[in-house]
Amino acid sequence: MNLVIILHAGLATGTILLFAAIGEIYAERAGILNLGVEGMMLLGAMAGFATSLATNNVWLGLAAAMLVGGVLSLAHGLVTIHLQADQVVSGLSLTFLGTGLALVLGEGLTGQSPPLVPDFAIPLLSEIPFVGPVFFADHSLLTYVGYLLIPAVWYYIYHTRPGLHLRAVGEKPEAADTLGVNVYGLRYMYVFIGGCLAGLAGATISLSVSPGWYSTQTTSGQGWIAIGLVIFAQWNPVRAAFGAYLFGALRRGILDLQGPAILLGFANPLFVNSNYGFFLQMTPYILTILALVIGSRTAVRKRIGAPAALGIPYIRGERGL
Amino acid sequence: MTTAAPSGDKQGFRFPYSLSIEKRVEDVPRWAPAATSIGSILIAFLISGIILKLIGGQPLVVLKFFYAATFGSWAVISDTLVKATPLIMVGLASVVAFKMKLWNIGAEGQFYMGAFFASLVVLVPLVSEDTPRVIVITLMLVFSIIGGAFWGFIPGFLKARFAVNEIITTLMLNYIAVLWNNFWIFNSWSDAGFQMTPQFIKAAWLPRLADYARQISGFSGMTLHLGIIFAVIAAIFVKWVLDRSKWGYEIKLTGDNPEAARYAGINIKRNMILVMMFSGALAGLAGMSEITGVVHRLQERISPGYGFTGIIIAWLAKLNPLAVIPVSILFGALIVAGREIQPAGLASLLQGIVLFMVISSDFFLRYKVRLARRAA
Repeated sequence: MNLVIILHAGLATGTILLFAAIGEIYAERAGILNLGVEGMMLLGAMAGFATSLATNNVWLGLAAAMLVGGVLSLAHGLVTIHLQADQVVSGLSLTFLGTGLALVLGEGLTGQSPPLVPDFAIPLLSEIPFVGPVFFADHSLLTYVGYLLIPAVWYYIYHTRPGLHLRAVGEKPEAADTLGVNVYGLRYMYVFIGGCLAGLAGATISLSVSPGWYSTQTTSGQGWIAIGLVIFAQWNPVRAAFGAYLFGALRRGILDLQGPAILLGFANPLFVNSNYGFFLQMTPYILTILALVIGSRTAVRKRIGAPAALGIPYIRGERGL
Repeated sequence: MTTAAPSGDKQGFRFPYSLSIEKRVEDVPRWAPAATSIGSILIAFLISGIILKLIGGQPLVVLKFFYAATFGSWAVISDTLVKATPLIMVGLASVVAFKMKLWNIGAEGQFYMGAFFASLVVLVPLVSEDTPRVIVITLMLVFSIIGGAFWGFIPGFLKARFAVNEIITTLMLNYIAVLWNNFWIFNSWSDAGFQMTPQFIKAAWLPRLADYARQISGFSGMTLHLGIIFAVIAAIFVKWVLDRSKWGYEIKLTGDNPEAARYAGINIKRNMILVMMFSGALAGLAGMSEITGVVHRLQERISPGYGFTGIIIAWLAKLNPLAVIPVSILFGALIVAGREIQPAGLASLLQGIVLFMVISSDFFLRYKVRLARRAA
């Protein structure tokens, strides 16, 4: 139980949730609920892994993962934006589709070892005591990208004109349309960006955090946790980042609990009988539910809600609901 | 509402046809929803075939194999129906919840909890070796319903009380239910260290066709069990509840128009919890039918994702409880064939495409799309 190791691992594994959650924030802010994150992540993980293996180039792998996630999400975009289908059901089918495609195309990838995303330390910053080893040493490039993404996305959503359009499209599309904002176009764009980030989140797993292809075990429900995180974060990227890293650290801390034979002066029940580990494995899911309960309560109290047009198809020429 | 074709408006060339989309005023013919469902399945098969061809498989060979393995003889038809049995029940579970626009994605977990609670009857044990079969089965039935309903109650309560999104909670509860079951299978109830419980006593086995092979020789080897009767009764019951009872009317009204339901004085929050419990109970029943009719013990992976397939089945059946039966048989066939068809994800892929096709086709039920020649 070493705090530095737990926090370090928390940042690394939290990056997966961070990318997926920020992608989903973009889509939901534009009014499109995409429940297909798990499917897009899995397909991204597979595509990234396979491409890196085939081309011997990890950057192409990451690009492929993002592209594949984005393209898959466009299926959801088409069905929900133009064909006005139910977003919940469409998102679910996207998960099936992504999972199925990933399993079909990922045949025979298990056990291979492609080039991975490099780990490195940031000079000078990594020398700061405690902060350095936790934040700036031996992280994968993707973790550092994650650090930069948080303020960038925050600034984009709240302080730029395109960010204003994004929010308008998700809150009151008919008003945005009146002002000449291309509602359909923007919705497609942000669904696509969300898909790209979900694909990248998948590749973060398969090419960096826990390298390899383990069929559905690769993502093991993290896409769904990311969706829960978005609600908990109230569609705010900074809160989402905080939640993602916290979640990552907790996951790692829980794993480490199983190691020592003596815990706080008592015989560690987890060490004596490893089957108690099943209860430990439940904690991320229980925490997600608790986080949602707490998140919903504060949301109700502060009157913060989902983007007003979330889940509602926009039909040009008809009055908004 | 008329939308111009997106192409060529700005250039000199004009696309000679325009797409006109109008909302349907008249009702669609009664056969149209069924036709779109069947069409969706056919297109999904076609697309999957193309994907299979592209990655170097032989779609026609797989299709022929699919038919032989699922409907080719009475014995395999029995296998298909065995797989359809839990699907009918989880499909109904989804129908009930979706009617009220409650997104219960947790049938998988409720299935496991139903199986766990039913197992309590024989593993604690609450019955002795010589308790009559009728009593053991009835007890397990009741326990599975309680278990499933309990697992449905949690998200229902959280939604009614704290406005917590039920999609996420039901999903998280799926993982928790599987891990919970694993703990008991691996730890307390493990059969000599194997990852399964000891076999249930014979009184906890649902009767199978094969049990009557001595009287009717054609039944020998057939695994079809009493669960299919439970499933059909459940379908008729759900149909009755939704179409004939006052509560069913409340559910449908709340689903279609929550505002109107509120004005009508319907207790939406209470119904939210009750519907989730009803839905969970149906899924729990499926879990019981599977362990008492097929595997005769509690073990890992008693469900290859039945809960999720139930969602697709409900949608494909257009939320009609009786239509759930034929759709489940088709998906039962998919599962039977999917066990042997390579690559392994093909069945899941097919399911995803089917669902996409169904929801896309709904658009064509609501709108008329015509390709019209543009006036010069």
